[in-house]
Amino acid sequence: MSERANNNLLYLNDVNVSFDGFKALRGLSLVIAEGEMRAIIGPNGAGKTTMMDVITGKTKPDTGDVYFGGDIDLTRRDEADIASLGIGRKFQKPTVFESHTVWDNLQLALSGKRSVFAALFHNTDAREQARIDEILETTRLGHLRNRLAGGLSHGQKQWLEIGMLLAQDPKLLLVDEPVAGMTDEETVQTATLLRRIAETRSVVVVEHDMTFVRDLGVKVTVLHEGSVLAEGSLDHVSADQKVIDVYLGR
Amino acid sequence: MTPITRIVLLLGLVLVLGGRLFSPAQAATDLAPLVAALGQGGYDQTEQAVNAITATGDSRAAPVIQALGDGDLYARKSDKSVVIARRKGSDLALTDPITGADLGTAKSSELEKVRVNNKLRRVVRSAIGTLTLMSPDRNTRLSAANAVFQARDADALEILDTAIAKETDAQVRDAMENARAAAILNSQHPEAEKIEAVQRIAALGNDDALKVLNAVQSSAQGDLRTAAAKAIAGIQRDLAFWNAGQNVLYGLSLGSVLLLAAIGLAITFGVMGVINMAHGEMVMLGAYTTYVVQEAIRTSAPGLFDYSLAIALPLAFIVAGAIGLVIERTIIRWLYGRPLETLLATWGLSLILQQAVRSIFGPNNRQVGAPAWMSGAFDVDHLTITYSRLWILVFALAVFVLLNVLLRATSFGLQMRAVTQNRRMAASMGIRTPWVDAFTFALGSGVAGIAGVALSQIDNVSPNLGQSYIIDSFMVVVFGGVGNLWGTLVGALSLGVLNKFLEPYAGAVLAKILVLVLIILFIQKRPRGLFALKGRAVEQ
Amino acid sequence: MSHFFLRALDRQASLAILALLVLAAVVPALNLLTPPGSALHLSTFTVSLFGKYLTYALLAVALNLVWGYCGILSLGHGAFFALGGYAMGMYLMRQIGSRGVYGNPLLPDFMVFLNWKTLPWFWHGFDHFWFAAIMVLLVPGLLAFVFGWFAFRSRVTGVYLSIITQALTYALLLSFFRNDMGFGGNNGLTDFKDILGFDIQSDATRSVLFAASAVALALGVLVTSAIIRSKYGKILIAVRDAESRTRFLGYRPERVKLFAFVVSACMAGVAGALYVPQVGIINPGEFAPANSIEIVIWTAVGGRATLIGPIVGALLVNAGKSFFTGWLPELWLFVLGGLFVAVTLFLPRGIIGTLAHGWSGLRQRRASSSAETGTDAEPRLPPDMPAGSKYEPAAAE
Repeated sequence: MSERANNNLLYLNDVNVSFDGFKALRGLSLVIAEGEMRAIIGPNGAGKTTMMDVITGKTKPDTGDVYFGGDIDLTRRDEADIASLGIGRKFQKPTVFESHTVWDNLQLALSGKRSVFAALFHNTDAREQARIDEILETTRLGHLRNRLAGGLSHGQKQWLEIGMLLAQDPKLLLVDEPVAGMTDEETVQTATLLRRIAETRSVVVVEHDMTFVRDLGVKVTVLHEGSVLAEGSLDHVSADQKVIDVYLGR
Repeated sequence: MTPITRIVLLLGLVLVLGGRLFSPAQAATDLAPLVAALGQGGYDQTEQAVNAITATGDSRAAPVIQALGDGDLYARKSDKSVVIARRKGSDLALTDPITGADLGTAKSSELEKVRVNNKLRRVVRSAIGTLTLMSPDRNTRLSAANAVFQARDADALEILDTAIAKETDAQVRDAMENARAAAILNSQHPEAEKIEAVQRIAALGNDDALKVLNAVQSSAQGDLRTAAAKAIAGIQRDLAFWNAGQNVLYGLSLGSVLLLAAIGLAITFGVMGVINMAHGEMVMLGAYTTYVVQEAIRTSAPGLFDYSLAIALPLAFIVAGAIGLVIERTIIRWLYGRPLETLLATWGLSLILQQAVRSIFGPNNRQVGAPAWMSGAFDVDHLTITYSRLWILVFALAVFVLLNVLLRATSFGLQMRAVTQNRRMAASMGIRTPWVDAFTFALGSGVAGIAGVALSQIDNVSPNLGQSYIIDSFMVVVFGGVGNLWGTLVGALSLGVLNKFLEPYAGAVLAKILVLVLIILFIQKRPRGLFALKGRAVEQ
Repeated sequence: MSHFFLRALDRQASLAILALLVLAAVVPALNLLTPPGSALHLSTFTVSLFGKYLTYALLAVALNLVWGYCGILSLGHGAFFALGGYAMGMYLMRQIGSRGVYGNPLLPDFMVFLNWKTLPWFWHGFDHFWFAAIMVLLVPGLLAFVFGWFAFRSRVTGVYLSIITQALTYALLLSFFRNDMGFGGNNGLTDFKDILGFDIQSDATRSVLFAASAVALALGVLVTSAIIRSKYGKILIAVRDAESRTRFLGYRPERVKLFAFVVSACMAGVAGALYVPQVGIINPGEFAPANSIEIVIWTAVGGRATLIGPIVGALLVNAGKSFFTGWLPELWLFVLGGLFVAVTLFLPRGIIGTLAHGWSGLRQRRASSSAETGTDAEPRLPPDMPAGSKYEPAAAE
């Protein structure tokens, strides 16, 4: 409780989740500070995606506390609520609205009223236009603004999804494997982009690609079988015997 | 009329009539003069004559008395002889009241009706009951005893006693004893005897007993009233219990029908995720296969009729399964992963199959007969169980067990489950997934076909047969939980029982509506059904 | 608000609306102003027949709003149509007054027949047209609201939703068959005399009803277009394509769907209300699940998720139905069944969808030199459509 009051943005304490007897998370605890960027690594089945599901309200934990911004209990909120609170999520498999144009995708993500009637009588204004243009610029998708998202390449979809996260203007970004399927050059560009985003908000990145994690140069948390195995700089955790055992197999 | 006065009257009658009519040449039991007396004069004389006939206990007299009650008894004006006359064209056809011989016809002006008033009608009714109690035919005696029980006629006590003494058949005697008890309650017999009668009737424990006891309760006082009240309460408790038992039983029977209809769907929808709206038509095809088999047997080998269902079962499985295989290979396999399109395409198929059957066999119901071992019923205490319902329950459970074994213990079942859980992995391990799909679909269709064989025994075999089951089947599968045969079993049986428990309060249609609404609400509460799979695997 | 409707009037919508308004004026004129022998004359029978088709088209437009644009395959839209029809039928019954067979001024014939003494409470108010008109919208809308509120909130989607919508209309079918329900049981409501004081059989009334159907359909197109062109419409399509993604953007798909579902149900109710005076009867048969599925095939044939596809589909299929049931009734179910199979297998975009797709494809090839800037208006298929569809049954995921 003391830690929670400590103005941490995200606070997970002793979170447990099980599916039909399989324990996906066992006693997971994690703290993300305001403005922090954190990389999460771990082998398959370590509970990375389940952790994201718990934070974004898709899965309710069996036990444990999940607090956002100090005193908001996320276990009592649903996905839409949590998104409106300022937690954005990028999925492992890029999920954009394929029958909409790039521009429309960004407009839908743009922060603002989410009610049906507000949307029904919504008129695009200059401020909105400018904001979308800015994001198109940041994500280098300007020339594709009128393309249908379904026609984009894999990497472009990843970037569009990151752009949508930006448009949401969240306090915390959860990014699941942002560079999967990207070329080396795109990977480097993505790392730069994420670092720039992290200047103004907190980011949690889940990634397998160690080069990319090294590029980010941030604190790393290693998950294993649903709980934290090690935490620290990449060099620190990769020297940890337990981590080596997990990755190489005993 | 008390028994005493009645005996006096009878004696008097015998004396009077005997003096005038009896000739030594005729046996004392000869009905003829007694019957002739019916046409002699006023109501009182007729009544005396009826009583005299009743006293003979000769069952041949029953039709005469019956004719009197029906107003078919006439006296011929010419010779005052008594005849039974029934209208034939403009004339009346005459028969001899005792021998039943044809006596030709007569104009209505030649005859005079033996008139009957209300008092006489009562006498007639009791006379018939009495006479039939002596009938040589067992069933006539049994129904006569039951009639006396219903009428609670104290006047019949004497003849009942005689009849009971003579009776050799245990069941008939039992019925007579019951009738006697009921009659005693309506008589002037001492209270102790009546209380004994109440206990005897209470032991019957059915609605009729309840009726008798209620009458006693409303008219009697003191101990008798208490005894009746106690007996009524006891019976009502018993009846409630048996009612519940009957609801469970009928519910299980309905549930087994639902299970049969749904279990094939549990495979195609539950295991494969394919929405087959033509599933009901597979059931229909199974039923028509039974019809064709029976027609063939009727025309070429009538002796095999009792085996017709056994012959139809594999054929129905093959017919429906083969059609299922063709449907999967030509249509459904192009639509995997697009459940809504599958739904539409298979709906179209169901229309085509229905119309095809309508064109070939005609739009009317086809007669499918029941083999001897499927017809009839037996009683368990207060419950009547028909053999067809019982066999369908047994059959449904057998199909369920067989399918479970097939899925759990055969290599085809293993492949099927492998494909369900991880298609790509199964394919890379050398399982030919397209054929597993095709045969799984064929299996589901074939099972629907054999369900049709069973359902042909209890439902009309018409082109619309399938339509009446499709929504129910989907409800069962969805309610039970998709991808789970046990869920289907529990879903079908519990929905059947629920339906039957609601029916007495709401009526059959409203009960069905209520069940539908309940399922709709239930699905909203638990979208994955009773036996839901949990976890990330089911999220999509 | 004005923006909302102005935005709706793109070229396709404007053309469709204009065509319908012209039809609303010309057809009655051809019926009323030309002599019966003339080559231009349209018989009242034909006018009413096409009037009926137009109400079907409106019903298909309603279904398209939820199925085409939001992916909710409702197999119960016939229920909303029938409820609207019953609301109108109840008004028409009250207009009969004492001209029924039993001549009872207070009760409709079927109630006299059932020995009822007083009018059931839910029949009160239907003496007034305005009340019935409100009910035409309110009853289907309310049912859709309650049903949708439960269903969407508990995230019942896909075929599950389809099946429970079918169960819904089936339950209503059984209910309306009961005499105790007070809606005429098996026979439904019929023998209507007047509407708003005009003889319901007269040529002029029939023509006006036709015109009203055409105008209602035009309004249906306008409303659909306005909804689709708004930001809400984009959300609607987004929910169709990736429902959970919209949730993580902070939208509530259940509310998005609920709004479309209710609007669609109201449209279906209006269609039913216009249908009943033109065919002269409403009975429980309209609730039959088969009717609701037929609406789906009209929409699919014309092209779902297109503005005018449902109209084209409803007109074509019903004209075909009239043709076949007149000439070869045996054949009609084969044709209809075949249509279901053929459209899903070979024409998943429907007629209009395929034409539009071909047209935009052609335009793109012509403009391929400036590929990067091309404004791509190609109508996309919902994700469960075949564009390289993978061999993967739903349960495997």
